[in-house]
Amino acid sequence: MEQASQLFYDNREFIFLIILSIFLGIEVISNVPAILHTPLMSGANAIHGVVIIGAIIVMGQAEPDNYLALTLGFLAVILGTLNVVGGFVVTDRMLEMFKKKEKKKK
Amino acid sequence: MISLSILELSYIIASITFILGLKMLGNPESARKGNMIAAVGMCIGIFATIFLYQSKDGERLGNYGWIFGAMTIGTAIGYWMAKKVKMTAMPQMVSFFNGMGGACAGVISIVEFNHHIHSGEPVQVGLGIVMILGLIIGSVSFAGSMVAYGKLEEKIKDKALPGSTFINIALLLVILGLAGYFVMMDVPTAGMMYLILAISLIYGVSFVMPIGGADMPVVISLLNSFTGMAAAFGGFIYSNQAMLTGGILVGSAGTILTILMCTAMNRSLMNVIIGSFGGGAAGAKKDGPEGSIKEISVSDAAILLSYAQKVSIVPGYGLAVAQAQHICHDLEKMLEEKGVNVFYAIHPVAGRMPGHMNVLLAEADVPYPKLMEMEEANSQFASTDVVMVIGANDVVNPAAKKDPSSPIYGMPILEVEDAKNIIVLKRSMGKGYAGIENELFFHPKNRMLFGDAKTSLQNLASEVKSL
Repeated sequence: MEQASQLFYDNREFIFLIILSIFLGIEVISNVPAILHTPLMSGANAIHGVVIIGAIIVMGQAEPDNYLALTLGFLAVILGTLNVVGGFVVTDRMLEMFKKKEKKKK
Repeated sequence: MISLSILELSYIIASITFILGLKMLGNPESARKGNMIAAVGMCIGIFATIFLYQSKDGERLGNYGWIFGAMTIGTAIGYWMAKKVKMTAMPQMVSFFNGMGGACAGVISIVEFNHHIHSGEPVQVGLGIVMILGLIIGSVSFAGSMVAYGKLEEKIKDKALPGSTFINIALLLVILGLAGYFVMMDVPTAGMMYLILAISLIYGVSFVMPIGGADMPVVISLLNSFTGMAAAFGGFIYSNQAMLTGGILVGSAGTILTILMCTAMNRSLMNVIIGSFGGGAAGAKKDGPEGSIKEISVSDAAILLSYAQKVSIVPGYGLAVAQAQHICHDLEKMLEEKGVNVFYAIHPVAGRMPGHMNVLLAEADVPYPKLMEMEEANSQFASTDVVMVIGANDVVNPAAKKDPSSPIYGMPILEVEDAKNIIVLKRSMGKGYAGIENELFFHPKNRMLFGDAKTSLQNLASEVKSL
């Protein structure tokens, strides 16, 4: 119990941030028309590519003689980049379709 | 100190762009800009990390060659894949990229644990929990996304093992038990870590495996929010605000989106996860609906369409697979020139994902006002002369309304039987994606036009032209 409450106290700011972010996420998504569900999911998919920052830190902190860490870090950066670049480009391609249509309407 | 402030500032900017971007993605007018803004924020966060990040001991990051090398490879592959993918294959592409993010989160945890395993330095309990959760959720998301990708590519068939729900619950309990033990160890051992990794991967596969192809969009959305959470745990490891806000934002937004998608299909999330569509459930009812199937010739269909007042087109995934959206639009224009009033009736889950069909028709330049959402379309069918169903099946299956034993029972459908005539364009008498018979094909008002959607539409278009 002592340990748990210490854990909570040490991380109180993060927990605060997490709770606010959860509500923000719910708020931002509500009332979105079904047409946009696919691009929205794809866009959200690109945003969680932010995990690449962690991969970069892992890679950048690996000692030059620790080949396991270097290899895994290298792999992690590639995977993260795939998520970010692929995610944003795919979303853009989907939304491009909507753009074209808007122009026609005007 | 200045560089650290700039780093934190850039994380704040990145977080703001994620929130703004996500908000703007929810509106057709601003969606594209929103995506761009989030992408710019992401670049700021990435480059600030590379050049400004300092560890607690004030050390800068090294291995620039490796970092930029990996980023170049990732960018090249990701860009190439995203550019060359066909619009019809979009859902599995999203699933693939989602899996990459999950794998990335998992690998980060592995490296961090390895660091402690080698140095013999104990892991603090809080940090240990965060790291192991990142590993578990990341690898479940990776394995699950790959299965979802395979299913949508139709490389993996639906397999419902009896009792798969129990196996999954058991696996989950084993993972949690091992993870608890692992965190309590003074110094983590590599064997234990890889064991947890292996079981998590197995769980990811067995979690998605029994879920039918028709429910894949929901699963992808769910796994998307998993990866968001995994990214947030990564943010905890490094006390990184950008990762935390970005990850949690996607985690919670993804969960809500998943629920919204379920609501569009009138099903609960539990039902999707446990209900295993398509596999065993559908096999129970072997004897199909009674009645005979009537075929229609191309020229009869063309006449029926040309002399109608009001025609409705119900597009489905079959249209997309045959790449027939352009020729469909041509036919629609021809009919309009003949004074026929044409509209498209779009089911919320037509295609493979909610909104997928809208994207495909937009690609073919179909004007936005011609697309009608389900409720509106359903009120129009009674005054419609001909409904042309192109490559759609489950979304017009009356069993969803009438047959409580049907796996799609309760899903709102397009009530095309209200129209005076129905023409179904279909490749063969095969079943729909949910793997169930469709009574509509035996309906007295219905006539079938068999063949590839594109060829049939081309034939129809040339017939209509010559009339």
